[in-house]
Amino acid sequence: MSAALLDIDHVSKRFVKRPSLGERIAGLIGAGRNTEIVRAVSDVSLKIRKGEVIGLVGESGCGKSTLGRIVAGIYAPSDGKILFDDKPVAREQGRHTQKLTTRVQMVHQDPFASLDPRMRIGDTVAEGPITHRIVKSRDADSYVADMLGRVGLDPSYRRRFPHQFSGGQRQRIAIARALAMKPDLLVLDEPVASLDVSIQAQVLNLFMDLRQDLDLTAIFISHDLGVVRHVSDRVAIMYLGRIVELAPTAELYAAPNHPYTRALFESVPRVGVGRKNFRPIAGEIPSPLHPPSGCHFHPRCPFAGPRCKREAPPLAAIGPGRFSACHLNTGGTE
Amino acid sequence: MSEPVLRVKDLRTQFHTRAGILKAVDGVSFEVGRGRILGLVGESGSGKSVTGYSILGLIEAPGEVAGGQVLLNGQDLTKLKGEAIRRVRGAQVAMVFQDPMMTLNPVLKIGTQMIAAVRAHDRVSRKVAWTRARDALAKVGIPSPEERLDAYPHQLSGGMRQRVAIAIALLHNPAVIIADEPTTALDVSIQGQILAEVRRLADETGTAFVWVTHDLAVVSSLADDICVMYAGRVVETGAAADVIAAPRHPYTAGLLASVPAEHEPGTRLPQVPGSTPSLANLPPGCAFAPRCFRAGPACTTTPPVQDFGDGRTALCHYPIETDKCQPLSSTSTTYRSAS
Repeated sequence: MSAALLDIDHVSKRFVKRPSLGERIAGLIGAGRNTEIVRAVSDVSLKIRKGEVIGLVGESGCGKSTLGRIVAGIYAPSDGKILFDDKPVAREQGRHTQKLTTRVQMVHQDPFASLDPRMRIGDTVAEGPITHRIVKSRDADSYVADMLGRVGLDPSYRRRFPHQFSGGQRQRIAIARALAMKPDLLVLDEPVASLDVSIQAQVLNLFMDLRQDLDLTAIFISHDLGVVRHVSDRVAIMYLGRIVELAPTAELYAAPNHPYTRALFESVPRVGVGRKNFRPIAGEIPSPLHPPSGCHFHPRCPFAGPRCKREAPPLAAIGPGRFSACHLNTGGTE
Repeated sequence: MSEPVLRVKDLRTQFHTRAGILKAVDGVSFEVGRGRILGLVGESGSGKSVTGYSILGLIEAPGEVAGGQVLLNGQDLTKLKGEAIRRVRGAQVAMVFQDPMMTLNPVLKIGTQMIAAVRAHDRVSRKVAWTRARDALAKVGIPSPEERLDAYPHQLSGGMRQRVAIAIALLHNPAVIIADEPTTALDVSIQGQILAEVRRLADETGTAFVWVTHDLAVVSSLADDICVMYAGRVVETGAAADVIAAPRHPYTAGLLASVPAEHEPGTRLPQVPGSTPSLANLPPGCAFAPRCFRAGPACTTTPPVQDFGDGRTALCHYPIETDKCQPLSSTSTTYRSAS
């Protein structure tokens, strides 16, 4: 096993709601409410090896996008640290930080929002590499042509504007922009969620080709279990800010361990399975503002016992390379 | 199938634009029986949503329903104007939108809105209307409906709001509910709950659903029948299970083949090449021909509707004949052999 390229070490992220003026005045006279805190990510640890693709799966509010953004350097973690090649990222200052953060690039969900509508796509792709001196501006043209060709776009399109492209093509441009920075790690946040099914397959194929050619390391964030299964080596399932299960893809899909993972698999409609053959999970996703005590999943879990309300289960090894956060694996729920 | 409650015949909806006339819906026909769920499947720009809007008479200038009939229990809705269509909308045909906040007013309590919706069609007291609203919420599986009636939309989760929108659609026991991508914005576990409720409602109340979606997996688990649209036309119809097991139209086959869950992880997915054509610039003949692996010389002319019996049709010169489908030409695209 090669060393970890990225080490997410006990990372948490809290968002604190800024009190309004009225609430601050109320606070001064001692009548204020407690500040509201969202624990978007709490105590997540994950190591990613070079050349590996990790799938990050979960429903809305589970913290998967926040975690991706922390890795990409958009947010600083509230606690814990991110190590890149054994060097901490977020706490470094000045030029060094800049150098490290360019090594992680992000592809966002909505290619209609992530591309500057008033910039020619060639300039969009070239901007980062020129700024960070990866390429000289006089060589930028051929560099951009190379990048566009790599994602399956005609280099002659580089004088065009984003509105002249379809959703699938725009997502290719966004991928080209990320690759142009020669990143060591790619964070893809729901890259195919907004695309039509037939276009989705094209972009997934492109991703798998690029991965093979460039030996990419990537975090692939998605709510679509089928997509994640197809592209990832390992999958982390998240629920309300915590990783509840982490396993190699094939093993996870063959035998999911955590009750939430199992329930999630059963509630997904699948082509060809036929009518009524899926069982939905009972209950709502709790608000991240007020997560349930103990194991966050216990109010919806068919196996929950008193211990699940009291203590949060740690993410414990249940086999080689397999981790699950459930009391059922560690002495029961009583 | 019993006498269909909704029969759409050769529906044509077009938009007048500077680029010319766009035929968003170009001769669409289908029917839905009592308590049946029809999955209207297509990608963006296929005309599936415009078909839904046309049924309710919601097309506004520069668009118009230029031809065809929408027969609801024998009455042609396209002939109704003004007050007449308003009496039908919400009472006999209702709509559920993708975003429940398109249905709900953010500054009014759920109860206020639902009572108004009841009294828009029935002259009943507020008290009776309140009871009906509460019963409708209970019917779609909302816990403690009395409290929800007193809540504002922002106090509910996305899934709950969509249930409220479905409850409002159900208030007058309509013959048909048109649902436009109602679960697309929801999480999978919540989507699963709503699909199970809708299936139960269709079976118990006899309300027919037209479920507009791009998601084949949803249709596969929910719908009785499928109607696949491409560039404004219906390209394939049939019982949901049959179409998914053995598609006849190459487009349906391509769509089904590109679903990642059906393939060995890490392998290349069979992809439909190219992208959806612009309606302003459709190729002559079959609109799918430029992307089709089976396209032949005849495809420059308008394809015929091939009838295979049992409600199965395909709009294609070269439909996939048997339960084995192999590409005719040696392209890199191999579609899954339908078993």
